[in-house]
Amino acid sequence: MCLAIPGKVLSTFDQHGLRMAKVQFGGVVREACLEYVPEVQAGEYVLVHVGFALSRIDEAEAERTYQALRELGQLTELETPVNDEHDERAQFVPVKVDPGGDGR
Amino acid sequence: MKYLDEYRDRKIAAQIVDEIRRTLTRPWVVMEVCGGQTHSIVKNGIDYLLPAAVELVHGPGCPVCVTPLEMIDKAHAIARLPNVIFCSFGDMLRVPGSEGDLFTIKSLGGDVRVVYSPLDCLKIARANPEKQVVFFAIGFETTAPANAMLAWRAREESLNNLSLLVSHVLVPPALEAILEAPGNRVQGFLGPGHVCAVMGTREYDPISARYHVPIVITGFEPLDILQGTLMTIRQLESGRATVENQYSRILNREGNLAAQKLIATVFKVGDRKWRGIGTIPSSGYHLREEFARHDAEKLFDVDAIAPQEPEICISGAILRGLKKPHDCPAFATLCTPQRPLGATMVSAEGACAAYYAYGRHLSPHGSDPYHQANSETEDVHANR
Repeated sequence: MCLAIPGKVLSTFDQHGLRMAKVQFGGVVREACLEYVPEVQAGEYVLVHVGFALSRIDEAEAERTYQALRELGQLTELETPVNDEHDERAQFVPVKVDPGGDGR
Repeated sequence: MKYLDEYRDRKIAAQIVDEIRRTLTRPWVVMEVCGGQTHSIVKNGIDYLLPAAVELVHGPGCPVCVTPLEMIDKAHAIARLPNVIFCSFGDMLRVPGSEGDLFTIKSLGGDVRVVYSPLDCLKIARANPEKQVVFFAIGFETTAPANAMLAWRAREESLNNLSLLVSHVLVPPALEAILEAPGNRVQGFLGPGHVCAVMGTREYDPISARYHVPIVITGFEPLDILQGTLMTIRQLESGRATVENQYSRILNREGNLAAQKLIATVFKVGDRKWRGIGTIPSSGYHLREEFARHDAEKLFDVDAIAPQEPEICISGAILRGLKKPHDCPAFATLCTPQRPLGATMVSAEGACAAYYAYGRHLSPHGSDPYHQANSETEDVHANR
């Protein structure tokens, strides 16, 4: 559980004074806190661990790491149900065609 | 099960292995520290791919594994209390204490909730002011920024119904404990990549210098692990001992300074007991006095008895790199992921659980089932 998962920042917002973002991981969008990477903007890629972005990474690295985690079956934390005071559900967006195209 | 020859990068992998073979003049023992690395090595058969003279031993870097049984019992005692909402990462739910696990407590009516992020606990605490919300804050340095932010926000927002049961562990003191233990076999480390994304690589310099041991901070993908191993072997063969960063595309020497700052504000370093290993001095985070009203250990009077671990379990020796799962008579017989006896079987990132998950308990003494009978090798792969 010490692995961080790369995702794409879709949008940023404020939540009770914390800088937050909607981050897309493959087909799942979840919230992540940007307090530790305050410079990050929408469209950039971050490495997220238990809902916190820990570093900014480039797109190619994000894609590579995400696929590696998927192969390792290490994405289960993304399946945790959403606890949200506004009862927002995790938004599932259509899964993109695997851009790696590695024929798995 | 995937084997390394299925990888898109297999050509590069073969080149790295060749280079390791050319560099080797004698046997070496290298420990991968992080549970994610262990999982990747066992799943992809990386240890089988390396020359026999390079032995990979599996380190203590699985936070669920090393959380002591007393702490798990304490968590369960709190979770059983009426008026408590007990929140935990999913990995912790199936870890058995002396009496059942968190799932059992939930099925018996306890309010146990799995959270994705510690920040979820803020939402739960705001929405349930009449309840006590307790979060089981476990993890290595990677998880510390998230847990520190939870404690910080709880205090800032005066959420006095929110507390943390902290069982945080730190990597560098564990490496020192391994190196100082009698009979230590470890000669080099593959350091934990994502831990260092938070903490940087600096704090490993004194360990490398003091014990003259190479520490190569390494990622978890197969090529990362092979490259990290090559860098370690090169150091060992040339008599060097320094900290190198194989994972420089992700992390740097400094780490995340903003995260380190909040961690230092919220936590102080103190002794911590590790399951299977025992107490390691200055090896864990504890909440500072200023956060006492959010410290579940202080708020809940649940003095746990010190439960006995089964004598047969050798997980302590496995976590120190002295033994492998197959050295244990209980492995895959008395002890399975469904009924784990000790640290290295309780989480998928533990060495025993990883060996079991990828079928190694079926091969004698952990031998490589693929490279033994050459004529059958192709068939085995074709059937996968």
